[in-house]
Amino acid sequence: MTLPLDTRRLLAGPALDGTPERYAAHIARLGVLPLVGGRADLIGSLEASGLLGRGGAGFAVGRKWRALASRDGKDSAVVVANGAEGEPASHKDRTLMAHRPHLVIDGALLAAEAIGASEIVFYVGREHVAAVAAMKAAMAERKPELGKRAKIVLAPLGYVAGEATAVVNYINTGKGKPMTVPPRVSQRGVGKKPTLVQNVESLAYAALIARYGDAWYRMAGRLGSKGTALITLSGAVRDAGVWEIELGTTLGEVAEEAGAREDRTAAVLMGGYFGTWTTARDAWTMPLDPAAMKASGLAFGCGLLWLLPASACGVHATAQIIEYLADASAAQCGPCLFGLRALADATVRLAAGQPASGDLQLIERLIPQTAGRGACHHPDGAVGFMASALNVFGEDFEHHARTGRCSVTGTSGGVR
Amino acid sequence: MDQKLRIDWILCDGYSLCSPEAPEVIDLDEWGYPIIRPGVIAEHELKDVKRAVGACPMSALSLVPQDFDKRS
Repeated sequence: MTLPLDTRRLLAGPALDGTPERYAAHIARLGVLPLVGGRADLIGSLEASGLLGRGGAGFAVGRKWRALASRDGKDSAVVVANGAEGEPASHKDRTLMAHRPHLVIDGALLAAEAIGASEIVFYVGREHVAAVAAMKAAMAERKPELGKRAKIVLAPLGYVAGEATAVVNYINTGKGKPMTVPPRVSQRGVGKKPTLVQNVESLAYAALIARYGDAWYRMAGRLGSKGTALITLSGAVRDAGVWEIELGTTLGEVAEEAGAREDRTAAVLMGGYFGTWTTARDAWTMPLDPAAMKASGLAFGCGLLWLLPASACGVHATAQIIEYLADASAAQCGPCLFGLRALADATVRLAAGQPASGDLQLIERLIPQTAGRGACHHPDGAVGFMASALNVFGEDFEHHARTGRCSVTGTSGGVR
Repeated sequence: MDQKLRIDWILCDGYSLCSPEAPEVIDLDEWGYPIIRPGVIAEHELKDVKRAVGACPMSALSLVPQDFDKRS
């Protein structure tokens, strides 16, 4: 069975017109929340569902909850619903919070019950104005259930603010920068308590799995990975925006439904700014399935799919993103601060038609040298992205380096 | 248990005092930050490596068991 391309589960219900679903409508549509104690084992159900975290790293949700629930000691824990969504081109978390805030709250309440947490923090990117307003209004409606144990914390701007240790650091100290691990946040997090940092989409799916069960969740999914997911289609596509797809749907199917064409697309950035450039040809037949993508050296990541038009230069697009990622370094670790800056400067020079001698060799050397040398995985994500740029746009990079001119547009400067 | 070098990258400020103590294990990048040779540290290298650990003014280097990151 193949489900409709836009398979609505989280996004079922009223139109996505910018207004949040109120609590009365939410329970009229989905019923009140079944709590873990009152029904079958939710953690087991999450494990059986195969639901993976949707913040980017893709860690199994059930396993994460199980580890916290079976912790040593009697300390109460903390649940952080992570809606920072610092990934600039991704819109799925802010869209979810702005329209279905009660699913996120349901998921956080279930997580708190399942792992024994006495505090819940809704961590929402301050720039996502509609999401912040929707979450605040929804929290007020849920006051009887949430009581004094829940609060909202507005995440600072920036790409790294949503990284789990940075989330905890910001809530604890007001400093939104990653910390050295170990200790993991699951051991010592918010207020030094064991902390579950879970992406808001993952929590919302947990709220549906709690109601309908893992077998229901697994009814969708064409290949190895079962279920559905939110994705953001962006770039050279007519109907850019957030879609909810059955896992295993190919990129080409969704992109064409949204008005894109393979012959008008040069490449697709799959998985986020930490993701992987893929030629349009390879991307078009690629199943959007975490297991299948992993087997192809890709990552589903946060579900971002950014289409580069055939008329644009990959070197230039890469320069803009690596420049952003270098600026996004928390500037705590030397190899990230200096390595990404040098990578970005060399790429920008190549893109601008002003290469210094040895720029391409510098980029090729810094990619392996920078990997793995930071407190968090920011440098690893950035150099992985750069390695994919050399794979897909290698000839263009060489042309830029050799001639100072753009192989796609014919201009010096590489700008369309 | 085999040991490995761990760098607290937030503490490390690139003083570059570690590498000269154990050049066969610790190289430096162009900004003076350490590059650790992959793999385990041999018995005969341990003395130099311990001196390198002691040389860091930020206490950013430490010797830890090989499976340090995997233990929860």
